[in-house]
Amino acid sequence: MEKVLARWLLFLLIFLSVAQVRAAQAVAGTAGSSSETTSAAAADRLAKLEQQAADAKSSADNAWMLVSAALVLMMTGPGLALFYGGLVRKKNVLATMMQSFAMMAIVTVLWALVEYSLACGAGNSFIGGLHNLFLRGVGAQPDPDYAATIPLQTFMVYQLMFAVITPALITGAFAERMKFSAMALFMVLWSLLVYAPMAHMVWGKGGLLNASLGGRFPTLDFAGGTVVHITSGVSALVCAIYLGRRLGYPHEPMPPHSVVLSFIGACLLWVGWFGFNAGSALNAGSLATSAFVATHFAAAAAALGWAVAEWIRNGKPSVLGGISGAVAGLVAITPAAGFVGPMQALVIGAVAGVVCYTMVAKVKARLGYDDSLDAFGVHGAGGTIGALLTGVFASAAINPIFKNSQGLALPSGWIDGNAHQMLNQFVGVLMAWTLAIVGTLVILKGVDLVVGLRVPDDQEVQGLDLSQHGEEGYYWEASAT
Amino acid sequence: MTKVEAVIQTSRLDAVKNALQEIGVEGMTVIEVRGHGRQKGHTEFYRGREYTVDLLPKIKMEMVLPDDLVEKAVQAIANAARTGKIGDGKIFLSRIDDAVRIRNDERGEAAL
Repeated sequence: MEKVLARWLLFLLIFLSVAQVRAAQAVAGTAGSSSETTSAAAADRLAKLEQQAADAKSSADNAWMLVSAALVLMMTGPGLALFYGGLVRKKNVLATMMQSFAMMAIVTVLWALVEYSLACGAGNSFIGGLHNLFLRGVGAQPDPDYAATIPLQTFMVYQLMFAVITPALITGAFAERMKFSAMALFMVLWSLLVYAPMAHMVWGKGGLLNASLGGRFPTLDFAGGTVVHITSGVSALVCAIYLGRRLGYPHEPMPPHSVVLSFIGACLLWVGWFGFNAGSALNAGSLATSAFVATHFAAAAAALGWAVAEWIRNGKPSVLGGISGAVAGLVAITPAAGFVGPMQALVIGAVAGVVCYTMVAKVKARLGYDDSLDAFGVHGAGGTIGALLTGVFASAAINPIFKNSQGLALPSGWIDGNAHQMLNQFVGVLMAWTLAIVGTLVILKGVDLVVGLRVPDDQEVQGLDLSQHGEEGYYWEASAT
Repeated sequence: MTKVEAVIQTSRLDAVKNALQEIGVEGMTVIEVRGHGRQKGHTEFYRGREYTVDLLPKIKMEMVLPDDLVEKAVQAIANAARTGKIGDGKIFLSRIDDAVRIRNDERGEAAL
């Protein structure tokens, strides 16, 4: 013990003496240079200072973006996996969680090999080229077209997390009846044929709908209302209709086996969404704060909207209603997060909460399709409402995204004085719907022919945990030993 | 020997167990069950879908007692389990032919 203490004291003494010598040298150095000041030296010093300031900003931005990327990954696992896992019957809990988790593995590999290049690489108006295959050219150097202050590699891994969660959202529509092999194959094709083109059109260099890089129809989509939620939600609807209903639906009761799991998942989604939306500022500046605030307010208003609608109709505000509403609000604010203030966010959230409740509780029952976990009712409907309301509420005071040739800000949305933006939003929404419907139908048909989509009836009755994975979420003998 | 089977409200388990211990009942088996008598179930809503739950969670207690203890046990269970509302449960009595203690092969009341 004493030995250790003595050693530490020795270290401290050596450290202090070295520090003193350094300080003395520094004083001597400045004294020398002040006697022979030249303009060249001053300019040199200024350049160094500028570099240091830029480095500091870059480090700050990079720190926030890495945290954001991790937050978005947390939305898929465990967030979405728990949210969906709790909503299915006991016999399908693991298979449902696995569908989300599989995206974390499959899409990541796909992204590294080819999907990044197709989504974010330079290309034509509809899809990126092949210049960045195998992440070639994606390193520490920033790409100013996307984000001037963070390494391109940070941008790449952040965008990856979006590509992971988007297909995972679809799994809610065909839960409890799709083969794992068919699901995996479907998602690979869907990522390449639907997600990558849509992401490229809205966010990629030269994209048709890109608002910040001068696309033909500049669609305002801050964090993925069209790219993530409309594509996944509408594809989910197509899947639900194509695969058909689960055995026994709607006569047999299929209540969620654990709203507790769903509750934890939804709250993780809410927290993770700050990375999703505020991170989409691609820096740690005031726009990130604004998006953070809008995100939070919309979630709260939508939770209230759904719960109150339910309270009026059924006499009780349910927990599942509250958390579903929060997710609907987060979906709807996603395209608007970086363009609207807190009050507009409250409005968008409240509208989304009530409309998504109606879609899920009324419209679905009337039309008779079995969107098991309401991927369309929440993401398709919420994403569409959000994208259109972004066109209504977007404000240049929050984010001056459109500028004239002199660099002065032009109005953004309808209320701002740019009614024409509604047309662009419609084009973006229409493009996302069309691509999702056509792409998903073609892929489903192909996968159906090659491996078949649904599990056999006896396996569906047995549950996907056992039939697809040979495991059980709740092993009954464990309690006896 | 008589087997006493009591189906009671889940919330009354501790009270009934204590009452039985007080009158000297030494063993029992408790099972979590679902069922209904005349009590109506309730409805639950999940995302607007209505589910009728008519099999409600109950506790079933089983014990085999020497005949002199049976009436006291029935009274103890009934008093402790009663809330006065519909759904308080039922007690069933039936004759038991024999009993075996696995540890040492004792038979009859000696095995209880």
